[in-house]
Amino acid sequence: MLPAFALLLLFQCLGEGLVFLLGLPVPGPVAGMILLFVTLVLRPALQTRIETAANALLGHLSLLFVPAGVGIVAAAGSGSGHWLAIVASLVASTVLTLAVTGLVLRGMKPEGEGDA
Amino acid sequence: MPDFAQLSPHLNQFWVYLSASPLLGLTMTLCAYVLAQEVYRRCKYSPLANPVAIAIALVSIALLVSGMSYQRYFAGAQFVHFLLGPATVALAVPLARQVPRIRRAFLPLACALLAGCVTAIVSAVGVVLVLGGSGVLARTVGPKSATSPIAMAISERLGGVPALTAVLVIGTGIFGAAIARSLFNAMKIESHAARGFALGLAAHGIGTARAFQVSAEMGAFAGLGMGLNGVMTAVLAPWLVPLVMRLLG
Repeated sequence: MLPAFALLLLFQCLGEGLVFLLGLPVPGPVAGMILLFVTLVLRPALQTRIETAANALLGHLSLLFVPAGVGIVAAAGSGSGHWLAIVASLVASTVLTLAVTGLVLRGMKPEGEGDA
Repeated sequence: MPDFAQLSPHLNQFWVYLSASPLLGLTMTLCAYVLAQEVYRRCKYSPLANPVAIAIALVSIALLVSGMSYQRYFAGAQFVHFLLGPATVALAVPLARQVPRIRRAFLPLACALLAGCVTAIVSAVGVVLVLGGSGVLARTVGPKSATSPIAMAISERLGGVPALTAVLVIGTGIFGAAIARSLFNAMKIESHAARGFALGLAAHGIGTARAFQVSAEMGAFAGLGMGLNGVMTAVLAPWLVPLVMRLLG
């Protein structure tokens, strides 16, 4: 568990460093995720070693959004007066995005039907 | 200072002592989440009882009632917040398990990414402008489907209001996670891979968290959708947002 967690932090550091050095427009942890992904594809043996720690974190991913979410509620008073336009945009755009992306992928085989 | 703390000087002192320590913010966060999970379970996992939204509401109410400042709360909650970094890195693990499927479906995934990313940006900016919102507001909503650090950076670069973008990102995540199942059912989008990818692309980390509650496969594809859309939004938004503004302005 602990070596696995150290490895996750190490890849986050690598990601942060890469973003800083190259001035990339993505957050450090996302760069770290891509680096770890490439590493796991090249060395599949690593997968089983960090699986437990990764699943433990991802199993409670919802919890990790709570502190930031509360901050946003605290800051929401600074709304710019156009709440109707904002809410309409958010609702319409989210529904459309889910629908368009899902429709493009609708032909993808369901779980278990795989290997064709 | 809450009224109940005035009841006795000891209680008051205890409250002052406790609220000055990071322990309280951390405890509040975990208790609110455990409670929210329980509510979610009792609502038979209805997407309307989104645990993130419930936990945020519970903590916010507690802060309002007790008069505790967000800064003081965050002194404890930051330990939970910090784990978002390693958790994002950890998304690579379920993703690597799906490599053979991603290879097979490379073309549909690439098309879905492009279509979804353009839809997210153009529709958000378009609706705001049609309803009379300002240019600043349009630049603020443009990146709302990207994960919050990316969205805030884009908003800042475009000349939007990053703090408001953050509000919209969380709102998008909660709303997307809440409606996805009914929408996919209605549209007969059945595979966990397609559902997950769409959910992560449209509703970033909160959508991904929701997807992991359904299956590891849906979660992996949601993580993929979130990561790719973050990068794609960073690439497309800087020229797509001004383009829509020119067309509608």
